[in-house]
Amino acid sequence: MKSLYKSAAILAVLVVVALGLLSTGVHVNAAAEGRVTGTIKLDGTAPHMRPIDMSKDPTCAKQHPTPARLENVVVGPSGGLANVVVYISQGLPASAAAVVPSKPIVWDQKGCMYQPHVAGMDVGQQLQVVNSDPTTHNIHPLPQMGGGNIGWNKSQPQGSPPFKTSWKSEEVAIPVKCNIHPWMHGYMVVVKGPYGVSDSSGSFTLDNVPPGTYTLTAWHETYGTQTQKVTVAAGKPATVSFTFKAK
Amino acid sequence: MHTRSTTWSLLLAGAVVFAFSAACWGQVTQYDEDQRMNMESHIGKLTGHAKDGKPLYQRFCIGCHGPIGDGEGENAQWIDPKPRNFTLGIFKCRSTPTGTLPTDEDLYNTIGRGLVSSNMPRWFPLTDQDRADLIAYVKHFSPRFVKEKPGPVLEIPPEPPVTAERVQSGQQVFKRVECWKCHGVEGRANGPSSDTLTDDFNRPIKPFNFHDETRFKCGETDRDLYRIFMTGLDSTPMPSFGDNIKPDEAWDLVMYLRSLQPMNTPEKAIAKKLGLKPINPNAPAAQSETK
Repeated sequence: MKSLYKSAAILAVLVVVALGLLSTGVHVNAAAEGRVTGTIKLDGTAPHMRPIDMSKDPTCAKQHPTPARLENVVVGPSGGLANVVVYISQGLPASAAAVVPSKPIVWDQKGCMYQPHVAGMDVGQQLQVVNSDPTTHNIHPLPQMGGGNIGWNKSQPQGSPPFKTSWKSEEVAIPVKCNIHPWMHGYMVVVKGPYGVSDSSGSFTLDNVPPGTYTLTAWHETYGTQTQKVTVAAGKPATVSFTFKAK
Repeated sequence: MHTRSTTWSLLLAGAVVFAFSAACWGQVTQYDEDQRMNMESHIGKLTGHAKDGKPLYQRFCIGCHGPIGDGEGENAQWIDPKPRNFTLGIFKCRSTPTGTLPTDEDLYNTIGRGLVSSNMPRWFPLTDQDRADLIAYVKHFSPRFVKEKPGPVLEIPPEPPVTAERVQSGQQVFKRVECWKCHGVEGRANGPSSDTLTDDFNRPIKPFNFHDETRFKCGETDRDLYRIFMTGLDSTPMPSFGDNIKPDEAWDLVMYLRSLQPMNTPEKAIAKKLGLKPINPNAPAAQSETK
């Protein structure tokens, strides 16, 4: 009887190891699979971004020798539009959608601004909230009420350790605010599967995209969404570009 | 070996199917609503039933909170702060962490206590059983109460005796976690961020003025005060400080806040004796800067 238990235990361990190997194998394959790269452009003149008056909190104002500006539209020197989240909205096989990156997303409060201003993240991906400022922030995400995500509101005084959290459901996008510093605004874009966020040159990359045909969605906080079809072949990055029109 | 692994894969497939069906459960159907009429509340020895709470709700609550519990009753447009929308399952007065459901007892206490500086009165005429039934009915409006459990209840250690040291160190907590950014250096609701505050429905909201009121929104005892800042008031700008204030410091802060209030408290007498001055947030910051 005892030996039966023993063999059952060994079997269980074997199965767990095999499953582990299998899942990592899938992951490695996915990495070798396709990717989507591209750029986001803004057509027209970018709206003026007002400088932020941080005088109400001198610890904030002091960190900006030249005043920080609002970030509703951030355009690089070459006309690239930053803070656009590109994700696969249709066609992704469930196995690829279920892969959650193990790397946490860091959401920093620095200079009384959110860094990044817009973060993409996977459902269930670890989100690490950091306060690098010598002041108290309250971090207050506002997901759609009655939806799959539940809002919360936590204070993070100066010097308090980062805390970890995650989101349960897809949501484009969750606004985040700090009630203490009313100019602080940001967005968390929660999706399933690969995503990319454009940098100040407007370029983005979606990694681990299995070969196939997909609908890509590009979301921007001011200019809304755009979609495009893309076909990804194995071992060959697909290139896509989006152009948003300045209002 | 082969048959064993088949069993395992069958088990795994079963687990996947279960997880998937659980994920599909989010959608609300009429069936769910009927199910929710079986909602119960449990407060101590009392058990409340939604079906018994319904007639009470329709008599006492419907005018403000509305027939479907969305806070859009016929009186709602004349009222500020607005009546609570029960369908969202978000409540200010909780003994549970921010972002989690309140316990039945939290909701029960709210009905008995009323909410100061709002139109929500104390419901003294209702019996304990009536209130328990009402809570079950209030819970039935939100699918959250079917899908989720209340968060873990905040543990509050026994209150230590009031001492001058505690009042003083409470003031340091007040300064460190920057209560004054909204509540002001003297607790007069005039901090630098006080005039820009909005609640989660984008309506203007004022911070609590400690010199105005003897009672707080979520109770009047020292334990209530402790609970308010540790769990936060969800859907308002008041965040949860539970991660950043230790239980001992929390009692210090309670004692300092008591020294600001309009009634005579032992803490107030101590603060007077000490000649405790309001904090000056700018002075020490300037010192550390020159270092």
